[in-house]
Amino acid sequence: MREVVIRVENLVKRFGNFVANDHLNFEVYEGEIFGFLGANGAGKTTALRILSGLSSPTSGNVMVAGFDAKRQGEKIKRNIGYMCQRFSLYNDLTVRENITLYGGIYGMSSGLIKQRIDELLRQLEFEEYADRLIGGLPLGLKQKLAFSVAIFHEPKIVFLDEPTGGVDPIARRQFWEEIYAAAARGITVFVTTHYMDEAEYCDRVCIMDQGRIVAIGTPTALKQKYGASSIEDLFVGIARPNAQKE
Amino acid sequence: MADKVVIRAEDVGKHFGKLHALRGINLEVNRGEIFGLIGPDGAGKTTLFRLITTLLTPDSGSLTVLGLDVVTQYRELRRQIGYMPGRFSLYHDLTVEENLNFYATVFGTTVKENYTLIADIYSHIEPFRRRPAGKLSGGMKQKLALSCALIHRPALLVLDEPTTGVDAVSRVEFWELLRGLREHGITTVVSTPYMDEAMRCDRVALIQSGQLLSIDTPTAIMEGFTGKLYSVRAEENYSLIMALRANPHVHTAHPFGSSVHVTFNTEGYHATLPQYLHEKGIENVTIEPISPGIEDRFLELMEREP
Repeated sequence: MREVVIRVENLVKRFGNFVANDHLNFEVYEGEIFGFLGANGAGKTTALRILSGLSSPTSGNVMVAGFDAKRQGEKIKRNIGYMCQRFSLYNDLTVRENITLYGGIYGMSSGLIKQRIDELLRQLEFEEYADRLIGGLPLGLKQKLAFSVAIFHEPKIVFLDEPTGGVDPIARRQFWEEIYAAAARGITVFVTTHYMDEAEYCDRVCIMDQGRIVAIGTPTALKQKYGASSIEDLFVGIARPNAQKE
Repeated sequence: MADKVVIRAEDVGKHFGKLHALRGINLEVNRGEIFGLIGPDGAGKTTLFRLITTLLTPDSGSLTVLGLDVVTQYRELRRQIGYMPGRFSLYHDLTVEENLNFYATVFGTTVKENYTLIADIYSHIEPFRRRPAGKLSGGMKQKLALSCALIHRPALLVLDEPTTGVDAVSRVEFWELLRGLREHGITTVVSTPYMDEAMRCDRVALIQSGQLLSIDTPTAIMEGFTGKLYSVRAEENYSLIMALRANPHVHTAHPFGSSVHVTFNTEGYHATLPQYLHEKGIENVTIEPISPGIEDRFLELMEREP
């Protein structure tokens, strides 16, 4: 039996009369790569904010890394990693400075940070970039580094919010291999993406539409169930009838 | 303007200081086609688009667009081009309607005059015409930006990564709209980092490090794949990839969703592979020959280049 690291029971989040999350139920396991999909406005970001301790549910039970999202948001924040495409690293700090900053924010000792930085740079083959400003690095390298920084403090769970926009097919694959390696070490990877071909890399995916979960399972099982040739077909089939309502 | 060639680039180069953003670009784009420029971030796609739209000038070579020289005849040319840059190009604090009117006015026309051209696209966002553009969703912003780029009925439409960051449903709709524009005789040049979108173009150019790797129909580009390709699956992807990479008979191993696409250095080795993987503790292996897709070909071309 694998350990459950995220447990969501009847999660409801309302903003006034608007129900952004409507009775969500799911579990995510240790070391799992879990894809969270949905069109713009489906309620992904709302759920992600609750799971990462930034927002509190209106009702329902949400446990993340052993903590209750209603009362222990601060504890959740300390025990997870987070990366998004729009912003993760400071462009005007060097690679080494960025890693040190994040290590410090997550309460790592300076001795441990120093030791782990060298390990990390070696592992990523990033030694030559150590003292370069982030701003000048190619996007593919930035993303790999942003992911490594997000798991530098060895969290139980890392949330990736649309992490791979705009990179080339080689860089994207290198990025996914980093994700696989983290999952193999037992880190749970919770990823939202607009790109359905990426959903195929996940162990399980969950598709949201209008605040509800409409499908959940392994990519292979879902494709079989709905007779779709790809997750893209499946997704467009599910989400399209409602796409104009926003 | 009987010429069938809308864009003609001959040995075009552009550098910024020491950086060669574009080198020896030769291409022709034909009237009425949807021409895709496919390549990673930093490959030179945006630079090439800025040359075509006369926002930058080439350092070397010759570039004519709609029969006009981009350096000497840029004023005439600008009136005939619709450009949608990669970053959101609208005024966030103007409403949908105000943005559209603004662009029409800049080009000395009215929304009414060219409404038929944008009707299909604009009808998706018309219900929100009094909403500030900054408050639209990604997919709707994109449709408004496209309407604005078209409102002066350009002969050439240049779209720089119009679908980056847009959800799958909006992407499908967007490509349907582009195909509709072809019926109006508009030529479209569009860039994207996403391989699946390449298949929706009439012809594509693959670009990397400022150089064109290949220009052809998507089908012909796929058929250029030189190796024999196999799809390998096992229960656990990561250990499978690592084991494949460690094997000297394996030439390339790229993850593709839940399978790995593999080419071999040794002819016929695929028959021995399950045995090797079994020795590495990897079970439930399936291996089958597959036809390469455009992404396989692009990976092959990218890895060949230094």
